[in-house]
Amino acid sequence: MAEFKEAPAGASAGVKLLTWVDNRFPASKLYKEHLSEYYAPKNFNWWYIFGSMALLVLVIQIVTGIFLVMHYKPDAALAFASVEYIMRDVPWGWLIRYMHSTGASAFFVVVYLHMFRGLIYGSYRKPRELVWIFGCGIFLCLMAEAFMGYLLPWGQMSYWGAQVIVNLFAAVPFVGPDLALLIRGDYVVSDATLNRFFSFHVIAVPLVLLGLVVAHIIALHEVGSNNPDGVEIKGPKAPKDAHGKPLDGIPFHPYYTVHDIFGVGLFLMVFTAIVFFSPELGGYFLEYNNFIPADPLKTPAHIAPVWYFTPFYSMLRATTDVMVNVLVVIMAAGVVLTWLKGNFSTKGKLIATVAVLIAAALLKIFDAKFWGVVVMGGAVVILFFLPWLDHSPVKSIRYRPDWHKYLYGVFVVVFLVLGYLGIKPPSDIGTLVSQVGTLFYFGFFLLMPWWSKLGTPKPVPERVTFHPH
Amino acid sequence: MMKKIIAKLLIAASAGLGLAGGVQASGGGIDWDKFPQEKMTDMAALQHGAKLFVNYCLNCHSAAFMRYNRLRDLGLSEAQIKSNLLFAGDKVGETMKVSLDPKQAKDWFGATPPDLTVIARSRADGAKGSGADYLYTYMRTFYRDETKATGWNNLAFPSVAMPHVMWELQGQRAAKFAEEPDPHDHAKTVHVFKGFEQLTPGSLSPAQYDQAVADLVAYLQWMGEPAQGQRFRLGVLVLLFLSVFTLFAWRLNASYWKDVK
Repeated sequence: MAEFKEAPAGASAGVKLLTWVDNRFPASKLYKEHLSEYYAPKNFNWWYIFGSMALLVLVIQIVTGIFLVMHYKPDAALAFASVEYIMRDVPWGWLIRYMHSTGASAFFVVVYLHMFRGLIYGSYRKPRELVWIFGCGIFLCLMAEAFMGYLLPWGQMSYWGAQVIVNLFAAVPFVGPDLALLIRGDYVVSDATLNRFFSFHVIAVPLVLLGLVVAHIIALHEVGSNNPDGVEIKGPKAPKDAHGKPLDGIPFHPYYTVHDIFGVGLFLMVFTAIVFFSPELGGYFLEYNNFIPADPLKTPAHIAPVWYFTPFYSMLRATTDVMVNVLVVIMAAGVVLTWLKGNFSTKGKLIATVAVLIAAALLKIFDAKFWGVVVMGGAVVILFFLPWLDHSPVKSIRYRPDWHKYLYGVFVVVFLVLGYLGIKPPSDIGTLVSQVGTLFYFGFFLLMPWWSKLGTPKPVPERVTFHPH
Repeated sequence: MMKKIIAKLLIAASAGLGLAGGVQASGGGIDWDKFPQEKMTDMAALQHGAKLFVNYCLNCHSAAFMRYNRLRDLGLSEAQIKSNLLFAGDKVGETMKVSLDPKQAKDWFGATPPDLTVIARSRADGAKGSGADYLYTYMRTFYRDETKATGWNNLAFPSVAMPHVMWELQGQRAAKFAEEPDPHDHAKTVHVFKGFEQLTPGSLSPAQYDQAVADLVAYLQWMGEPAQGQRFRLGVLVLLFLSVFTLFAWRLNASYWKDVK
């Protein structure tokens, strides 16, 4: 047990109280470690505000969610009407509801930008692998949270979106139909489904999400933040002052708190502009069809997920029988290359050949629909492995060869195009483009161990580059 | 006055955003006419629309999430609502329900008349226009078609189950069609609409009828989200506050960081 401290004689009541608390709970210690003496690199640029923004949106979602649950009825016969009740009869209910629906989309906007920041500055590299993995876990939770929350208004899009996605699980070999039944709690999406999605959306997933957010921040503060130069400011070689504080760091509070308050102001201006002037955002944040109550007998002509799922949905739709054949050919080409140029032992080559033969057989045995689900899931799961896929000698995009920048640029364009195509009804040309996009997406990550080593990186400076404001 | 102009601009801006989207596939029918958005700030038009709605729509269609007394937002007093718009026996705090049995309705029309509370929000289409544009077009493109069970058809919603309820106002019209070669495939012909032909006059002139429909659609759009006006007004104040807040936050940030070397 730590030593009991005494407040100095004549100290104010506040100091005495704090001393009393500090003897029992590490209040001052936590404050120092995570705010006033957490040293963050001083060369953060505007890409670094999205972490705080995500935390802000999380708080908005939790607080508005608490108030929505007070009035919402998780019952297939009452759900739609209770949302309209919130919109009309609950004082400020419309504001709470629009904040929550806009918050869902805003969450994905800031999280996608936050992840992209990590991607270009190598923030997932050693020693920040766990920060990244916890973050990917948060992203997964967020997707589950958004998917299940979207069922709750019980409109046509809610209903049929859930129907389509849950049916995907039915494509899993052997256990698929039972798995889908377990998720729905019924043979179609119904009251039982609504109730369990409500439970998951309101209790289970938020609990996991909050735990992961705490782990994400603890891990980050343990290893320290990365920065746009990808230079360690707390390493053994980094310059420090007489007290051992990093010269290139600056206390998070007050410097980055005032920074983030400014960012919050800008963010809230965009956020409230949408909430107050265009909460539907042209059908992207609130889909028009969702103002029609769920009708299990009437399938809408075109079922599209909300925009933040569409890049992954495109990859699912891209996985046709033709695509499966293409994958088999690519794997066969990989084996031929291994035998011709690969630097492995004969045993290794044999193992690779057998593995590819088995994979090709499985690809052809099971339905393309199942592989679509695997591709869609794989597109998210692959992110977890990023710390071990990147073999570049430098962390930050700033010191990578120029063509790496173009590659990241193409990656962004491909992701946006996939997202766009996922909104549109399927078309021949759209499917072809999304197939090329899907191959590029997976190629980008799976071939990263190879291409990230290529080219000559620029010299990385000893210290961060900082220009006083 | 200023407030009114701001409100109009904002409505126009949000309608513009609505057009920019392209989320939903259209369900056939002709292109939509533009609903005159200025009706949304015209109280007399909205009140007239409410009256038309109660007289013509509320016999078959419910508005089950809309309370009668919310009509006070349109400048009507509770006494006016009670004496002019309420069915006998209903209370002013109740929602706009109908006594039509949905099963019977399905037998009679082939479809259950949908609830109209949020109809204007649900019928928007990113490619074709707002829900109000659709309703404004729909209510003005009924024509006589003896091949249909009700004797009526519609250009915006082909083979619609609903008969032309406001025909006494508009009069009866026939639609003229022509077979023209398909510009994409010369072997085929397409059925092209060539204008209406007035069969019997209505009690309103065509221009008056368009105005009446615009009033009705204005009401339907208002009913879809009665808080919309409040939303716009509050939004202006919130953005003004945030601009000032952000300005101070910007200078606060600058004053902290000016000493960081």
